[in-house]
Amino acid sequence: MKVSASAEVAASPEAVWALVGDLPRWPDFVAGLTRWDVEGRRRSGLGARYRALMRIGSADVGGLIEVVEFHPPAELAWNAVTGAEQRGRWRLRPHGEGRTRVELRLTYHLAGWAPAAWLIGRIAERAIRGNLTRTLDELARRLERGDA
Amino acid sequence: MQRHVHRADLGERDPDYIRDYLPWLWLLASAWFRADVRGLENIPERGPALLVGNHSGGNMIPDTVILTMAFSTYFGAERPFYQLAHNLVLALPALAPLRRFGTVAATPENAAGALDAGAVLLVYPGGDHEVSRPVWQRNLIDFDGRRGFVRQALDAGVPLVPVVSIGGQETALFLSRGAGLARALRLDRTLRLKTLPISIAAPWGLNVGDFLGHVPLPAKITIQILPAIDLHERFGPDPDVDEVYEHVVALMQRTLDELAAERRLPVLG
Repeated sequence: MKVSASAEVAASPEAVWALVGDLPRWPDFVAGLTRWDVEGRRRSGLGARYRALMRIGSADVGGLIEVVEFHPPAELAWNAVTGAEQRGRWRLRPHGEGRTRVELRLTYHLAGWAPAAWLIGRIAERAIRGNLTRTLDELARRLERGDA
Repeated sequence: MQRHVHRADLGERDPDYIRDYLPWLWLLASAWFRADVRGLENIPERGPALLVGNHSGGNMIPDTVILTMAFSTYFGAERPFYQLAHNLVLALPALAPLRRFGTVAATPENAAGALDAGAVLLVYPGGDHEVSRPVWQRNLIDFDGRRGFVRQALDAGVPLVPVVSIGGQETALFLSRGAGLARALRLDRTLRLKTLPISIAAPWGLNVGDFLGHVPLPAKITIQILPAIDLHERFGPDPDVDEVYEHVVALMQRTLDELAAERRLPVLG
């Protein structure tokens, strides 16, 4: 199941990357994060690992994730190592002078009997999409107010 | 009586099976019970711990289902988590899947085995006594003086984590434990059942024994996990079992009173 949200923000890709590429700062703008603890010594960049949980319905869902792509100021992707099966990606693309198109994607898979997993995945999707949209809103707000 | 006690095979727990059913449990917890689980971060991040809960909801145990779901999503289905249950629960063929969720018969050997293996173990000291208390005692912690859990934590040298839940005893109209009825039918001797709960529950109406289960009302369920208690740190090198017991019960009762005060309406929460 894929969920994505996108927005255009009035800031350069480098300015957006200053937030997105700095993993310890994600709790400042990622909506619904209930846990964000670094595992190991690498705090950011390729190979950084975090214990990440997001509140969805009655549960904190997530697990250990690892950054698997890290290309400033354009692309950052992570995969789940343990816990919920998911992967995600930030894509930043220049969009005219001093503007950036930001896309945040989350792909996840629920185990179990396929029709039920699909249905329950769709129910969860609403909550997840809300979190992604609020994340981009907060990111834009911070960048455009200049208090990033 | 030994023939009724199932050998606990801790190896029957199956993380892939749990993963398959987590979406269902998530939906049940989120949509039906509007569950709110607080304080999972109080469970030690690694290693064994004994979770001690108050037990509610008759045989349908919504609290256990919700806690198992919340634990497995929070820590991952990989982390071993076992629940002690009445022997009869595990003897029923229809409930065999529970074993794959990590439910084992409530014997001291099983408990010690799970904790020694480094797992987190959930015990409901009140057991069948507490779970079938009448609805007007819904906000009462009632372990019936059962202190075994304290000894268990001390022997295994593990922290004790109180888990207080509210709402489960509003999922049906529980009227009586039926202790007299259980004795009259000699169920206490034949099945180790000290109760034969009498309730009004969907879809049966009058429900005696609850052997076929019932449809629980969609009561809002809130579970508060309290900070872990290191028994030696708090009670010294040789803790007094009675003192620990009284402390834990009083602490859980205070928490339950607070949760009850938050609640505006029965069932709706």
